[in-house]
Amino acid sequence: MGRFIYRRLVHGLIVILGVTVIVFVVTRMVGDPVQVMLPLESTPEQRAAFEQKLGLDRPIHIQFVEFMGNLVRLDFGESLWQKRPAMDIVFEKLPMTILLTAVGIGFACVMAIPLGIIAALRPGGWVDRVTVFGSLLGLSVPQFWLGLLFIVVFAVQFKILPTSGTGTPSHILLPALTMGLPTLARLVMLVRSSMIDELNRQYVKTSFAKGLPFLRVVGLHALRNAGLPIMTLVGWEVIRSLAGYSVVVETVFAWPGIGLTAIQAIEREDLILIQAIVFTAAVCVVLINIAMDFLYKLIDPRLKLT
Amino acid sequence: MTQPRTDTLEQALAQNRFEWWDSLQELGRELKRDKPGLIGVILITSLVLMAVFAPYIAPHDPAAQDLTARLAPPVWYDKGTWNHILGTDHLGRDVLSRTIHGARVSLWVGAAVVLCAGGFGVVMGLMAGYLGGRTDAFIMRWIDTQVAFPGLLLALIILAVIGPSLTTVVVVLSLNGWMVYGRMTRSAVLSIRQSPYVEAAEVVGCRWPRILFRHILPNLTSPLLTLAILEFARIVLAEAALSFLGLGIQPPATSWGLDVAMGKNYMFMAWWLVTIPGCAIAVTVLAINLVASWLRLISDPQEREKQYARHMAGVMRKKLHAVLEKEKTPEAP
Repeated sequence: MGRFIYRRLVHGLIVILGVTVIVFVVTRMVGDPVQVMLPLESTPEQRAAFEQKLGLDRPIHIQFVEFMGNLVRLDFGESLWQKRPAMDIVFEKLPMTILLTAVGIGFACVMAIPLGIIAALRPGGWVDRVTVFGSLLGLSVPQFWLGLLFIVVFAVQFKILPTSGTGTPSHILLPALTMGLPTLARLVMLVRSSMIDELNRQYVKTSFAKGLPFLRVVGLHALRNAGLPIMTLVGWEVIRSLAGYSVVVETVFAWPGIGLTAIQAIEREDLILIQAIVFTAAVCVVLINIAMDFLYKLIDPRLKLT
Repeated sequence: MTQPRTDTLEQALAQNRFEWWDSLQELGRELKRDKPGLIGVILITSLVLMAVFAPYIAPHDPAAQDLTARLAPPVWYDKGTWNHILGTDHLGRDVLSRTIHGARVSLWVGAAVVLCAGGFGVVMGLMAGYLGGRTDAFIMRWIDTQVAFPGLLLALIILAVIGPSLTTVVVVLSLNGWMVYGRMTRSAVLSIRQSPYVEAAEVVGCRWPRILFRHILPNLTSPLLTLAILEFARIVLAEAALSFLGLGIQPPATSWGLDVAMGKNYMFMAWWLVTIPGCAIAVTVLAINLVASWLRLISDPQEREKQYARHMAGVMRKKLHAVLEKEKTPEAP
């Protein structure tokens, strides 16, 4: 157990380090930050002063050592765009993305598990066919377009929900729905196929034969055994969303989360804010991955953590 | 299966020459049984044809602006004309022509990324699975690490710094997606390399590249093909999303994602600007997904067995009913 935690933490550190080094290299070596951030008419003296302020006039390896030193203290410096510490901005935006992800994926789970089970009870029946086709459709619709469609229908045509932004609880409905639908589609397919496999097992037949109630067999015994792949997918969806896939939904609905901030920082060439965001995303991914491994163990105690 | 056993080598060779035609026919027969798969294949074929012959099919130049005919509605509206069947955008460009030309970018990016990422991933997976030891450990570590990266964020940053274009989109999406192929190939190689025919090839003295590419790789064709098609669908969506965010295909070129992004500003006046390219993406991806799920069904022996069992259960049920009916009738009078 201790060995497992140690190995996972080391791997997590490698991931985080790799991501930060890549971002550092890409932003410093490929582009010229000063050129991008200062107006065209600025004098050479202004440029030099700016370079000095950012520490860009020093050799790249010295910059790197200093960057890593600051990283340990979670200090990325001031955002060039908003003129305040980058980590403050990240900590302000991250909860919004987590909220959106939680509501969206929570909705997907609540819908997908009963739907998938009902479809799996009669494979090839009409409920099953409708569900499979519906989820194929859900997989095929681009997320940004779905969001725009929802805005046109619910916000413009029927005027029952706000188009974008935040404030009231009803603001989260459309973004969360847009976020959840592709997840719902993938999840329904998986719940269906793993439940079909599980319901054909001998222990299910035995349980029915000895007269256990239907709901207990399907909802408790079979679902728990089908739970491992389902949980993997849910975890994967959460990771995807926090690792940047929320960008699309957040852009469409102007949802002030970490994805929208990332896109704005990229547009404004705010290197410092970008570094802070990518670092945070990498940390989130690593933490969720470790948490998932413990959840596996919780669901299936037979698993050995290696 | 039903072919008579051949006795001479010449006969066997003569039959072998037509094997691909036989398997194609077999595939066609399978397709007839699966309606969604058939629809998917037909849709994809027509999309590919549309993309290849886009300049001859499209009624207008997709980039030609006509400021006198801005935001013209589709033909079924009062103000619509047959000149612009699906209307025009805010610069007076023909929506139908742009949608037809958009298929080129989507399919090209999809094919290029699947080839690059698939090629690299398969080679890596083959090496990891067959060579084992340090190579395996290194490649698997690499894959594990890269899978845990926030891929889309990195892609966006790299695109923004290098400058978005068709080539960079392909490169970035390939870098982001090769790991699936690697993992899958490795696990398949691990199970195949224990089989007697691979051991026989080793004993005969084949070198490892020959064993990998001549003896192991052909056995991976069907799972890899299904994976490649699924990835193709994912890439088409990813390209559309990147273009929508402004970090994919750039304006003089046409792309469905780009058109949706431009139409977004006129969404409330001209719904067709957003809806038509969006539908094009959805139909393309749906067609690919239909084909992929059909291929998965016919190439997976377990799935085939299940299908057969379901079919037989239906037949038996009908027979049983018929017998029961027969037994009932004499008692009635």
